[in-house]
Amino acid sequence: MKVIFRQVNLLHPLENIDTKETDIMLIDGRISKIGKLTLEESKGARGYDFRNKTIVPGFFDMHVHLREPGREDEETVNSGCNSAAAGGFTGIACMPNTEPAIDSAEIISLIKRKSFEHLVDVFPIGAATLGRKGDVISPMAELKDAGAVGFSDDGVAIKSASILRRAMEYSLMYNLPIIEHCEEESLGGGAMNEGINSTILGLPPIPSVSEDIIVSRDILMAEYTGGKLHIAHISTKKSIEMVREAKTRGLRVTAEATPHHFTLTDDYLKTYDTNLKMNPPLRSQNDLDAVIEGLKDGTIDCIASDHAPHSPEEKESEFEYAPNGIIGLETEVGLTLSELYHKKHLSLAQIIDKLSINPRKILNIPIPSFKAGEIANFTVLNPDEIWTVDISKFKSKSNNSPFGKKLINGRAAAVINKSKMYYEGEDVLL
Amino acid sequence: MALISKHLIGLQGVPREDIQLILDTAVTFREVLERPIKKVPTLQGKTIVNLFYENSTRTRISFELAEKRLSADSINFSTSTSSVTKGESFKDTIRNIEAMKVDMVVVRHAAAGTPFYLTKICNANIINAGDGIHEHPTQALLDMYSIREKLGKIAGLKVCIVGDIAHSRVAFSNIYGLQSMGAEVSVCGPSTMIPRFIQDLGVKVIYNIDEAIQENDVLNILRIQLERKAREYFPSIREYAKYFGITSERLEKNGKDILLMHPGPINRGVEISSEVADGKHQIILNQVTNGVAIRMAVLYLLGTLN
Repeated sequence: MKVIFRQVNLLHPLENIDTKETDIMLIDGRISKIGKLTLEESKGARGYDFRNKTIVPGFFDMHVHLREPGREDEETVNSGCNSAAAGGFTGIACMPNTEPAIDSAEIISLIKRKSFEHLVDVFPIGAATLGRKGDVISPMAELKDAGAVGFSDDGVAIKSASILRRAMEYSLMYNLPIIEHCEEESLGGGAMNEGINSTILGLPPIPSVSEDIIVSRDILMAEYTGGKLHIAHISTKKSIEMVREAKTRGLRVTAEATPHHFTLTDDYLKTYDTNLKMNPPLRSQNDLDAVIEGLKDGTIDCIASDHAPHSPEEKESEFEYAPNGIIGLETEVGLTLSELYHKKHLSLAQIIDKLSINPRKILNIPIPSFKAGEIANFTVLNPDEIWTVDISKFKSKSNNSPFGKKLINGRAAAVINKSKMYYEGEDVLL
Repeated sequence: MALISKHLIGLQGVPREDIQLILDTAVTFREVLERPIKKVPTLQGKTIVNLFYENSTRTRISFELAEKRLSADSINFSTSTSSVTKGESFKDTIRNIEAMKVDMVVVRHAAAGTPFYLTKICNANIINAGDGIHEHPTQALLDMYSIREKLGKIAGLKVCIVGDIAHSRVAFSNIYGLQSMGAEVSVCGPSTMIPRFIQDLGVKVIYNIDEAIQENDVLNILRIQLERKAREYFPSIREYAKYFGITSERLEKNGKDILLMHPGPINRGVEISSEVADGKHQIILNQVTNGVAIRMAVLYLLGTLN
């Protein structure tokens, strides 16, 4: 089938493409031609007017919890992929803290199989240790062969320095990253960031130093082993400083930040809203400023949602007893454009780095190309569309988001991948 | 001047006039408690649930008595006798209780913010009887009442709260209430028990108990939790008693008239010596009596003005 997107802007910083108001033709889901099309060429094609929209390489979220297997009531591979497509992503990496954990080739194959038909590519992250218990490293070679693109005990940090060392050394053979949730267990167990707000609200505190200690341990270990370390959902000023310093020393250390950590602070917790409870917690304004600074100067390589679905039964409870996490796939692109692009912290090209190119680089996943003959893997952005978040319209099975009714400037209008398009709420075959 | 709020969740942000109104109203009820017949018909026909998700003897009895003295119908609910043990969620429990048409809920809960959460899911007046390490407003109100009763004022006094401040809802409610009433508040205790950000609340920190005695008009001495978890915060009970315990020697050494309070239950020989606990400076049992009057005042004001 022949499809033409007309009057569209193209932006692909890695391929030095920045073209305004051009046409792009796909044949059977592959790029056929970019540029002015002759009448002959466009004959028999289905056309879409994408005026004021920008086609960019498909977005990728490297930190998603799909909850399958184990908590299919909260999210499934399919519903998570629908949520990702609606949010503007053509690829995601899913975290291994399922029940059971993703620590065997069988579970990786199951997820791969369940997502095979979907527009959204799913790349599982394998557990770094068996059952994420921190005692024995997982069968990383087998996991990699089945499709794992990185290893993590996300939810917790790898328990001990000695197992961390083995995990880093072993994964190094395959050049895959160890993705760390940085939290010193003995300082954890709290419900919100430690500060004047936790003092006033009487909620058990999580000190920022609990993140910093593990970031520091992990950077030292990456240096010692030569391993590849990726810091998940970085949230403190100090941790960002340490990553910045590690990068200047040439270590293989990367980091991601979530939209909620560059949008909200712990000041918002005064309502005891459990949809503001996550781990790492919302931090102070100083930390938020440091996250934005880190994104600007490249210390923080990616933006990732830490999409963490939870059932209403679990979230509607006393704050301390509610589980950590919020969903984020369907607000991530909008918040990034609102908070970073429109506030002039990042250019659109930098946002493409953070949301498309860098996460794939870290996980060794091929980056979508705009060259003729390549599979069309696009996100279509409408950077100036003003819209209001309506949680009831989310494709995710869960609704634990603090961003309901928020006014947002910018969104992804469509995604295209694997000869499929998701546009205006419809699945379209290309 | 009327109480603005429908609920009493905490004293943070509560204006001086409201606190004044509660204290003044309590004076009337305190007088009722001295009568041969200690009952008034004020809340006749009102139903109050005492929802205690955490162990309590004196606060629960105090509220229950206050409710009975006001002629309200009260029901007691505690976790050991409820469906909570059967796995029912908090929200469902509350919905069920509310469906039985209750007017007011007095709640104690180990999780901070639960009384506030209740205001969102239930229409009754909510009174916080202690939530986690957040607030315990009626305790602070009765403490302020007792100070005013004994010293005739609160404004301008120097009050020090002694003990495990970091894990004390009593301390926080006292800080907000006393500051609102114009007192100067300090805290004294081992550094591990002083919240890291307490000075941001305008509270002075003292690590030396003798200094605390010398500098202050009132000491509010908190109970030291003796269980293992609390013990992570100080080396031994012996060391705590030696460096922070209030003894008669210490009071004599500092040779000064001082008012001593304690929210109870007391650990004799730990935070306060037996001699001092029964001595001339303390008003521990007055606090208990005043507690009933304060709770009557709060129930009356919330139950009739709103």
